[in-house]
Amino acid sequence: MNKIDEFTPGISAKVALARAVGSLSSRLGYGGTTLPGRIIRFFDGDISQRLISRISQGCILVSATNGKTTTSSIIDSILKENGAQVARNREGANLAAGVATALLKNASSGGRPAADIGLFEVDEAVFPELASQLDPRAVLLINLFRDQLDRYGELEHIAEMWRAAVQRLGRAVLIINADDPLVAGMAKLRPEASLCFGIEDAAAGGLVMQHASDSKYCTVCGHSFEYEVFFMGHLGKYHCPNCGNRRPSPAVSAENVRLDGMRGSSFDLVTPRWRQTIRISLPGLYNVYNALGAAACGYSLDVAPEQIKSGLERFSAAFGRVERLRIGGKTVCLLLVKNPAGFNEVVRTLLIEPGRKNLLLALNDRIADGRDISWIWDVDLEALGDKKVSATCTGTRAAEMAMRLKYAGLDASRLRVRPDLSAALKVAMAHTRDGETLYVLPTYTAMLAIRRIIHKHFQPEDEMADLVWR
Amino acid sequence: MKLRIAHLYPELMNIYADRGNIIVLVNRCRWRGIDVRVDEFGPGKSPAWDDYDFFYLGGGQDREQKLVARDLAAKGAGLAEAVEQGAALLAICGGYQLLGQYYRTGAGETMEGVGLFKAYTVAGQRRLIGNVVARSSLDGNNLELAGFENHSGKTFLTAGGQPLGRIIFGFGNNAEDGTEGIIYKSAVGTYLHGPLLPKNPELADFLISRSLSRRYGQEAVLAPLDDNLEEAAHQAAVKKTRR
Repeated sequence: MNKIDEFTPGISAKVALARAVGSLSSRLGYGGTTLPGRIIRFFDGDISQRLISRISQGCILVSATNGKTTTSSIIDSILKENGAQVARNREGANLAAGVATALLKNASSGGRPAADIGLFEVDEAVFPELASQLDPRAVLLINLFRDQLDRYGELEHIAEMWRAAVQRLGRAVLIINADDPLVAGMAKLRPEASLCFGIEDAAAGGLVMQHASDSKYCTVCGHSFEYEVFFMGHLGKYHCPNCGNRRPSPAVSAENVRLDGMRGSSFDLVTPRWRQTIRISLPGLYNVYNALGAAACGYSLDVAPEQIKSGLERFSAAFGRVERLRIGGKTVCLLLVKNPAGFNEVVRTLLIEPGRKNLLLALNDRIADGRDISWIWDVDLEALGDKKVSATCTGTRAAEMAMRLKYAGLDASRLRVRPDLSAALKVAMAHTRDGETLYVLPTYTAMLAIRRIIHKHFQPEDEMADLVWR
Repeated sequence: MKLRIAHLYPELMNIYADRGNIIVLVNRCRWRGIDVRVDEFGPGKSPAWDDYDFFYLGGGQDREQKLVARDLAAKGAGLAEAVEQGAALLAICGGYQLLGQYYRTGAGETMEGVGLFKAYTVAGQRRLIGNVVARSSLDGNNLELAGFENHSGKTFLTAGGQPLGRIIFGFGNNAEDGTEGIIYKSAVGTYLHGPLLPKNPELADFLISRSLSRRYGQEAVLAPLDDNLEEAAHQAAVKKTRR
């Protein structure tokens, strides 16, 4: 029987209604990233499963605390090099409704998908539900860090939910970060269908753990892990001296990592079948992990090595994760910060840059940012304390951000507090000299607002959506 | 002048950036020319109790809390005695719970506490999460404490237990009786994360001053600091509870 016949009569009407509402909602300026999905899920809760079942190559799910949007963008770029038509959720719309919306947008009004493959970044808390509904062909789990605990409960709980979800996976290949002990152990739950990736270059890490480290204890027996090297947060080369639990040896790895600050990084991408040198235009070791996860995903789907390389090298920066704009004689860089691990990596990357650092730090405490802002005290901002830094703080909790910098050693004369985002951006731009860069470090909702403000008032010379790092 | 801080279980008990409290204590001492040092004590390591004027415990997740409860059995008596002798102490959330009489988990398991605070804790049905404002009085000075709470344990004070404050907004000890935290001599237990001390500098200074009094045997007078940013951060936190 043809699969299309399995659809209930009336599917076309539901799809058409949901799509119409979506396009109206975007035209009215409300965005259309989740509303159509919410509507059709109201009429038809299983819609995503049924649309997925009609996509010839099934779907890929990507989850992580840090890096899911960037990594999905890189995978998208790799799949496109391979000539695939990809159905993908956008712009952090990573709950069930966002996935349903992406599938709807991709389908004809009769419910026939245009795509060959689905690619969905999913929120850590909804990953288990979507993994069991969508029967993905590949699942990429990149890392778990402390993030917005007021929303999700504690880290261990999410790791527990992920383990249960991994045990229930059907046909999927599980692609796992070997360097994160919180997720690496999951590879053992399906040894016949998993692929680990990790960094194999001790020089890329350090011997001291950052303060914001989340998992220091063996996930099997609870004894303290011993680390040979820390790459970021609790990611590194670890083993348990008590029970022998250790980092799995990664099949896909990065060797000879070279970090060139904001300009990007290069590394040797090594797989069991080939190796090649990769140059990515995104800064920091965290983006090496994103690239590596995406490459491992491409490798597991049998994408040719040259397509993986060009996919990695050509993609543009994902939505606001890293953006660079030229405004007058100045450059503005947007670097999203949303938790200590990510913020630490941004600081580490900025420190490689020479000269004075002009910062605009935007700290909001809305639900999407996490209402609990205590995490900024876990960031190792002391590293900026004795450097030449000029900082403007903004957002709903601007004063707390400024106070954090004061206690990190920044002199009060180099600190400005302007809770209003527009006013703060103007002040920060005025304090940035011609030829210099203003680094904007916003939390999620502050980033969305700042992008709107920049577009409205500053007329950037680049089109934000298609920026490529140079 | 010098001040010695013992930070207990810094790795196990730092779930909501509670080390921010230590950053604040250290800097507020340094800015005043007080020679301050922090020593860290994990499981199996006990401080020489008389050498320290201030003891600090942050909050932790269930698993870490269990490890700490086991180890505290060996440290409890020394810690309680130091507090009796006038040492200052600050315990946040999970640390606060472990210094009470006991903690009974949802599974009915009972973790023995140190018994330093006249309080006990039972697991609650839901997590109590959000911004908190409480009114307190320290050495006769009225002050408003602001912070963020995130706990499922409900703490009840027993006879003679004096709350640190009264809840203006939020849940506090148990979401039932309007109390928040506990104070006994110079020891403070509280559910307030945020971290607590950065935006409540009066409490930070109260604890510093009590620690110095213990070491030098007379009341310490602290030089004033410019707290404009601290005050603005405090007001921003309080504002979150008024809409």
